[in-house]
Amino acid sequence: MPKLLSGAEIVFKCLEDQKVEHIFGYPGGAVLPIYDELKNHPSIKHILVRHEQGAGHAAEGYARSSGKPGVVLVTSGPGATNVVTALTDAYMDSVPLVCISGQVPTHLIGTDAFQECDTTGITRPCTKHNWLVKEVSELSNVIHEAFRVATTGRPGPVLIDIPKDIQFAKTKYKKPNKEKKLNGKSHNKFSQNQIDELVKLLSKSKKPIIYSGGGVINSGPKASQALREFVELTGFPITSTLQGLGAYPGDDNQFLGMLGMHGTYEANNAMHDCDLLINIGARFDDRITGKIDEFSPNSKKVHIDIDPSSINKIIKVDLAIVGDVTSVISKINKTISKRKNGHSKSNKSNIAKWWEQIEKWREKDSLNFVNSDESIKPQHAVQRLYELTKNKDTYVTTEVGQHQMWAAQHYKFNKPNRWMTSGGLGTMGYGLPAAVGVQIAHPEKLVIDIAGEASVLMTMQEMSTAVQYNLPIKIFILNNQYMGMVRQWQELLHEKNYSESYSEALPDFMKMAEAYGCKGLKADNPADLDYKIQEMIDYDGPVIFDCHVDPNENCFPMIPSGKPHNQMILGPNDKEENKIKGKGKALV
Amino acid sequence: MPKSKSAYSVPTKKQKPDTYIFVVWVDNEAGVLARVVGLFSGRGYNIESLAVAEVDADKNISRITIVTTGTPQVIDQIRLQLTKLVPVHKVAEFKREDKDVIFKEMALFKVVGKRNKIEKCLNACKKFNPVILDETKSSAVIQITALRREIDVMNKKLKPLGLISTSRTGAVAMTRGAKIFN
Repeated sequence: MPKLLSGAEIVFKCLEDQKVEHIFGYPGGAVLPIYDELKNHPSIKHILVRHEQGAGHAAEGYARSSGKPGVVLVTSGPGATNVVTALTDAYMDSVPLVCISGQVPTHLIGTDAFQECDTTGITRPCTKHNWLVKEVSELSNVIHEAFRVATTGRPGPVLIDIPKDIQFAKTKYKKPNKEKKLNGKSHNKFSQNQIDELVKLLSKSKKPIIYSGGGVINSGPKASQALREFVELTGFPITSTLQGLGAYPGDDNQFLGMLGMHGTYEANNAMHDCDLLINIGARFDDRITGKIDEFSPNSKKVHIDIDPSSINKIIKVDLAIVGDVTSVISKINKTISKRKNGHSKSNKSNIAKWWEQIEKWREKDSLNFVNSDESIKPQHAVQRLYELTKNKDTYVTTEVGQHQMWAAQHYKFNKPNRWMTSGGLGTMGYGLPAAVGVQIAHPEKLVIDIAGEASVLMTMQEMSTAVQYNLPIKIFILNNQYMGMVRQWQELLHEKNYSESYSEALPDFMKMAEAYGCKGLKADNPADLDYKIQEMIDYDGPVIFDCHVDPNENCFPMIPSGKPHNQMILGPNDKEENKIKGKGKALV
Repeated sequence: MPKSKSAYSVPTKKQKPDTYIFVVWVDNEAGVLARVVGLFSGRGYNIESLAVAEVDADKNISRITIVTTGTPQVIDQIRLQLTKLVPVHKVAEFKREDKDVIFKEMALFKVVGKRNKIEKCLNACKKFNPVILDETKSSAVIQITALRREIDVMNKKLKPLGLISTSRTGAVAMTRGAKIFN
């Protein structure tokens, strides 16, 4: 008869069999048996965070940068409720997380016991699936199933709620099932006919554009490889969503930059005027489409996505291919290559005019800004950061707001999994704990959180985690003393009524760094910027960099709400500024 | 066009909603109904009626029948979102007007009054297979099976005849002929 193991031991057996190396967590009453067992499993390293939300975001950063699921361990009640923001964030951005939460003993469930909450009820809408384990005999199957659900199809977070008595109870351990029962949830069933139809559209198109998204990153590095081949084979222009940055090299000439609300002039105009739009692993988010009725009005639309519920959710498409991006694009590439004489050459000449038009849009140089000798412009700071780090394999996380958009616009990513940002949920405070997780996954790499001072204060306590594990993360704060994006909207839409968007009593970040036991750096003069950034990069340990930037800078270009892609507000350097601004104002 | 003063776009023109019936086969486990219903409330879909019970004890399968309204695009979304739920095995949907599907609801009417009024009630229900489940000198419980709208009509009609309480199941559905929902 096989040995009987406790629930807590089974948790670790499962984690070992799922090849988990790191878990992010915080102990508490209802998970103590699991924490007690930790010492017997040296292959699994626990990272103690300072707040459960930090554990969740760290696991997200870990997952996004490594492609492996992030594992979170929290206690019942407040432990579980604190992780809800991170679960929702992971759900919106399709990040595979497995969250294990303790629960009060089964006989106390429903009695309002100490630190009890309806964890599975609370997390039901923000997980792909969750389980309350009421029998220890189910535990191993549930955990293995949880990993499968989190990592297959469109990835996402799952939660396993384990009552304390189940952690003590003993049973036999079951290994993960090798053969996967798919329960009708596999979505890689596209046909060669669909591929042929797409290839036909490709060869007919005169004004095509590829619009790629986070699905390419989630599909793995091979997807980015296949995408690059596809772009090269077709010669088509490509733009990317916020989450898709890095799937295609940001400094390549065929790349038009990010699209959407703060996307480039050329990307948005190309989206609007194209005759063929190929969406690869993106979901027509409302920050991308602008006004739905006038979204890319004259194009045939193709949507490649692993999640069938993404198809036709926002935008009706003409051809939908449901499948994993890697396999779909590889199939397309093969099909194109087979017909290489016919298509690939002739089509490139087909679209020569289109490229001319795109070059005209490009001349607008929509990411421009008026630089200054006196104050540091935030865009300039990001550009300098990029120039000084581009030769290293740098990983960048961000918080949410203006700095996030500037980072997306001015930092060029050449590889997938190097860019971790909260897009769907827009969680301020994501970047610092995410950087912790990224650094755990990549201990030798340079990890920078491009932050805003308001966002970073939301999860600042995780600096303590970084110091504890000697994680040399660099927190590069673009400090403008405002909730910059809020201030920008108030300026443009609410008659400059800056209601509660100014932070009156910011901490001294230098002293804060000292208090946490890490290095503090400060720059408020453009002349100091470069060597200070270099000092930050060279320092072997965590750094908080307080970069004082011009507080009045706005993030341009932008599509005002309710407007189509071809009605953008451009930055201050544009000659048509007044006219367009006038239109923008008319909108309010 | 209404002017937008927010970070979000204004709603655009809407198509006309239709009534659809969803049939969903799920694992009969704790919380499964909450998942299905939560999906509807969370994404702003309607539920007009809901009927759920276990239909296969060996396989532990429950069958949920949901009557809902929505534009074709919303109905597509409901089907696709339901299919994504882990305990959901199969989803079928059809329009209420679909001639190939039987669509029935049961109602219990409690009528209090003199004999002649109860007789009148029974008479009014004649089309819908009325069965008397309980009878006293001054009351009766009448069971009918009918379409949702028909029960709505009867409910109104019987009020002046002494109807004091109505209880009704949600609609359940089944295909006609030999074929089943695929």
